[in-house]
Amino acid sequence: MAENQKTVTFIITRQDSPDSAPYKETFHVPYRRNMNIISGLMEIQKNPVNAKGENVSPVQWEMNCLEEVCGACSMVINGTARQSCSTLVDELEQPIHLAPMDTFPVVRDLVIDRSRMFDALKRIKAWIPIDGTYDLGPGPRMPEKKRQWAYELSKCMTCGVCLESCPNVNDKSDFIGPALLSLPRLYNAHPTGAMNKSERLNALMEDGGITGCGNSQNCVQVCPKGIPLTTSIAAMNRATNIQAFKNFFGSDNAH
Amino acid sequence: MAEHREFVWRRLHSLLGVIPIGIFLVQHLVVNHFAVYGEESFNAAAGVLESLPFLLALEIFVIYLPILFHAILGVYIAFTARNNTVKYSFFRNWLFYLQRITGVFTLIFIAWHVWETRVQIGLGNEELSFGLMENILSNPIMLWFYIVGVLAAVFHFSNGLWGFMVHWGFAQSPKSQKIVTYVTLAVFLVVSFIGIRALLAFV
Ligand code: HEM
Ligand code: SF4
Ligand code: FES
Repeated sequence: MAENQKTVTFIITRQDSPDSAPYKETFHVPYRRNMNIISGLMEIQKNPVNAKGENVSPVQWEMNCLEEVCGACSMVINGTARQSCSTLVDELEQPIHLAPMDTFPVVRDLVIDRSRMFDALKRIKAWIPIDGTYDLGPGPRMPEKKRQWAYELSKCMTCGVCLESCPNVNDKSDFIGPALLSLPRLYNAHPTGAMNKSERLNALMEDGGITGCGNSQNCVQVCPKGIPLTTSIAAMNRATNIQAFKNFFGSDNAH
Repeated sequence: MAEHREFVWRRLHSLLGVIPIGIFLVQHLVVNHFAVYGEESFNAAAGVLESLPFLLALEIFVIYLPILFHAILGVYIAFTARNNTVKYSFFRNWLFYLQRITGVFTLIFIAWHVWETRVQIGLGNEELSFGLMENILSNPIMLWFYIVGVLAAVFHFSNGLWGFMVHWGFAQSPKSQKIVTYVTLAVFLVVSFIGIRALLAFV
């Protein structure tokens, strides 16, 4: 039984600490039908023995929703950045290579630190202010057609795959990345959010903002949620240009 | 409110790429094309340009300063990218990479070209004439350098026109961006034809 048990081979790029050098380690894991990458990693966690038969520390990774909505489990799988929860072993070539998305600082093994995205969310004011010291009442309504359109943009889960694929997101540049250029479009389209439109556009015009985009357009190809990132970016290009004219000529500064 | 320095500089970089640098490039290649109609034709066309009033001021403000600004910021932009066409070999990613390669190559080419033509003319070592280019291009290595240089500059301009349309928010939808891709491809083919034909007229 043990001899003819099918196995899956993982070659994992590991790193023991944020500053230590990465290395590769191979694991053989018993095969089950319909396995996803995470179930393979769970097998390694249960029995952390590498291909040479040595006992090693279990491989670390992050996960949360297990249904491709939180973005936490993103990693580079056979060269492509994607979510390990929704990537099925049966659809991949073996051996399966796993590596962290090293555009971000690596914390340990496959765990990366995406805080630069969360900091950038604050920078671009990626929220709609609805709180006041008194009840502000119901906001303006949104047409259903527009809501459906906006829903597509709202699917972003800050997974970081688009940043990983972008040649302009790297340690030499402070570019906040494609996702963060698309989100202001979503919030600016919301009838309540539109009240703070100019603040978001001005934030996008800061260093590392909209001008960081050089149109390689990788982001729109790799986004697991199919968000029209490049359309959003071009739309925000236009909006920031108009905002820049308003700022400079002083017309209509309140908006 | 912050002063948005990087934003203004990058928009200026984009604008200068088309106006005046892009317009100058097309104009320059079209005037060179007079060489196809013979030595007299070329010398007459070049003579008209040489006789423009305030020539040096025009050159400085319409050509040298804009190119210098675009090139310096351009080199910085080119070297802050971490190109990844091996991993993500999409069409636009290749054009993104080529935009940077051709920019840097064009800079080398322009520096060389200006040195052996405009600077030598300014120093009084040479005269603006058909013979000057005929002489330079009689060396096959130089001919190839010029052919590649013209193609690089024209590619950079044409693909840059596409980037310009996106950076200024004119072409937003995938469909409009695709149509602009075809239009800029046509620009590349037509302007390259003019440029190369002009070069070959000197050999
Ligand atoms: C014949 C001379 C040149 C012409 C006609 C030209 C034209 C252009 C145009 C039209 C753009 C598009 C602007 C945009 O993306 O919005 C551009 C972009 C660019 N140029 Fe040039 N350029 C020239 C020389 C150079 C040189 C010497 C460099 C130096 C390396 C350079 C580097 C760049 C870079 C890196 C970009 C991309 C900017 C971005 O994507 O944000 N260019 N150029
Ligand atoms: S835009 Fe797409 S790829 Fe980028 S972070 Fe959001 S979901 Fe991920
Ligand atoms: S675990 Fe949430 S996206 Fe994979």
